[in-house]
Amino acid sequence: MTLLLENVTKRFGKHTAVNHLSLKIPEKEMFGFLGGNGAGKTTTFRMILGLLDATEGSITWNGEPINYDKSHVIGYLPEERGLYPKLTVKEQLIYLGKLRGMNKNDVLTELDSWLERFKVPEYLNKKVEELSKGNQQKIQFISAVIHKPELLILDEPFSGLDPINVEMLKEAVVDLKEQGTSIVFSSHQMDHVEEMCKHLCILHKGSPVVQGSLREVKESFGKKNLVVHAAFPLEFLRDYRGVVSYKKTTEGCELQIENEEVSQEIFAALQGKGFIRKFDLEEPSLNDIFIEKVGASYE
Amino acid sequence: MNKFWIIMSHTYMSRVKSKSFVISTVITLLFIVGLANFQSIIEIFADESDDRIAVMDESNELLEPFSRQVEASGESVEMVSFDGTEEEAKDMVQEGEFDALMTLTLNDEEMPEATYYANSISGNGNQTMLEMQLQQLKVAMATQQSGIDAETLAAIQAPAAFQTVALDEGSRTEEELSQARGIVYIMLFLLYMAVIVYGQMIATDVATEKSSRVMEILVSSAPPVTHMFAKIMGVAMLGLTQVVLFVGVGYALIASKQDELTGGFFEVFGIQDTSISIYIFAIVFFILGYFLYATMAAMLGSLVSRVEDVQQLLMPMIFLILIAFFIAMFGIGVPDSTFVTISSYIPFFTPMVMFLRVGMLDIPAWEVALSIGILIGTIVVLGLIGARVYKGGVLMYGKSSSLKDFRKAMALSKKDK
Repeated sequence: MTLLLENVTKRFGKHTAVNHLSLKIPEKEMFGFLGGNGAGKTTTFRMILGLLDATEGSITWNGEPINYDKSHVIGYLPEERGLYPKLTVKEQLIYLGKLRGMNKNDVLTELDSWLERFKVPEYLNKKVEELSKGNQQKIQFISAVIHKPELLILDEPFSGLDPINVEMLKEAVVDLKEQGTSIVFSSHQMDHVEEMCKHLCILHKGSPVVQGSLREVKESFGKKNLVVHAAFPLEFLRDYRGVVSYKKTTEGCELQIENEEVSQEIFAALQGKGFIRKFDLEEPSLNDIFIEKVGASYE
Repeated sequence: MNKFWIIMSHTYMSRVKSKSFVISTVITLLFIVGLANFQSIIEIFADESDDRIAVMDESNELLEPFSRQVEASGESVEMVSFDGTEEEAKDMVQEGEFDALMTLTLNDEEMPEATYYANSISGNGNQTMLEMQLQQLKVAMATQQSGIDAETLAAIQAPAAFQTVALDEGSRTEEELSQARGIVYIMLFLLYMAVIVYGQMIATDVATEKSSRVMEILVSSAPPVTHMFAKIMGVAMLGLTQVVLFVGVGYALIASKQDELTGGFFEVFGIQDTSISIYIFAIVFFILGYFLYATMAAMLGSLVSRVEDVQQLLMPMIFLILIAFFIAMFGIGVPDSTFVTISSYIPFFTPMVMFLRVGMLDIPAWEVALSIGILIGTIVVLGLIGARVYKGGVLMYGKSSSLKDFRKAMALSKKDK
């Protein structure tokens, strides 16, 4: 039950939206899809769903191409949210649920439990246009998962939500993963991916620039972050061998260093200079990796 | 197939339950009821008292035969002899005492002449009727003067016998023609209305789904082609509901008023006993015409991303149906002209123009079959193109709506292999 993208390319005229993308998205895992605006995330999702045909390459789920016969095992939360504004939550979900192969009673049972979970049971008979944007998004999320899909694709699931609702939705996503759903989601927010995904891919202008498990990605990145808070000037570290970048903070500085060894050299160099309040070697954040990998080619 | 049903019934149900549908249906039903009771309604508002017309007869011999004649004609006009001066009479007309004043004189040739005074001489049938009666009176007087008796006069005035016989076997008789004409008229109006109303509905529906962005979920659950045709069928079912409702109510009303209406409206339109084949053709052409234009509407609707743009993009389609309508209206008078023949093979005009020819002329079966073939072919081609444009169009969001979008939509759904 793996989702396999092999050498997938999509061109629109002369523009290449996705360029030779190969991915293996393991079963029952959460896969993070990162990329700047226009990186090709939505296009990739649309190809996975069969809304667009790949110019080259193939996409298979469980060894078989994805087509409309499989729509009942696939859930999709599009980036552009949209529901019928004039229909009530109930009518809406019954229709969309039926299209995903459910029957009316199952939809109603599931819908009740989801609304309960999101603490909005009173919305059942409200029209969608009467709901706030955040609440519409909850309904949209329910419409993507109500049929218990095996593969769930979430395009920017948490954008535009307040922190409490983000937590609520995150929990729901994690629960779905625990229950065995394979989830692919895209986000601009690195911390969500970092927190939830075991595997990830950073897409830039249609090409994958980083991919693999979170651990591998971080290790292969090599660079580490070093935070130093001290009672004496740290300016000299700016040109220290092995320091990639230097950022002055109110209490000291934040350094990016080439590898772990450099930290030890700096540690030695700081000895005897004065009082050191903090010396902290950190893993690079996904944010750092993203900015470096994607930002580099912006320059 | 299952998804087809789900989408179709959803389209149908959500429309049937909508306020706009209920309101427009009720209004149309009221209109039909009103139409069926037209006669009674007119009678309610009609003036109950007779029009009173003051007559000043200077000859002293005209008034008597003239009012007898007017009375015999059954018009609700009362002729009153007036003795005062002309000025007094005019004043009384202006005050509303009389509806009009008429002076009768004999001219030099002893023939009657009249002047008609009324507050307004617009429209109202009185003066025309009076003129006709006076004309008759004049004829009667003239013939009497030249010594022709009444019997001879009747013989002179009787219309000449004129019969038309078509030599072609199977050609329409005059009676059949008038019946066919009635059905063609009704069919033209129905198809025209259906295309405009339901085509609009389909295009708006599609555009609404696009603008609310629910489309992306829909096309990820069901193939766009299924979606498009299910939508077309759903709206067709809606149309059927409406038509059945209208026809049902109309029929019930007619049945209840059978006596009043016989020989009236329905005889003119010849819907009493016509051969069954023309009804079958009407249904076939109606269905094909609906599908042709509905497919086009769905395709056009998928190209816009805002409901406001629908009108603009539907314009060419509405022009097409308008042209078809005018050709057909023109063709009713000259169904066998070359122009009508040629346009009956152009698929966008076929449903109306070919039906007109079938109804009015004796057309060889192969001609009908050929035009239906072309029409079905066009529907299939349009369906295929429409489906591709639809698939691409529903994923395309932009502000413009042009031919460029059409090509872009085609490219989006293209398989590059």
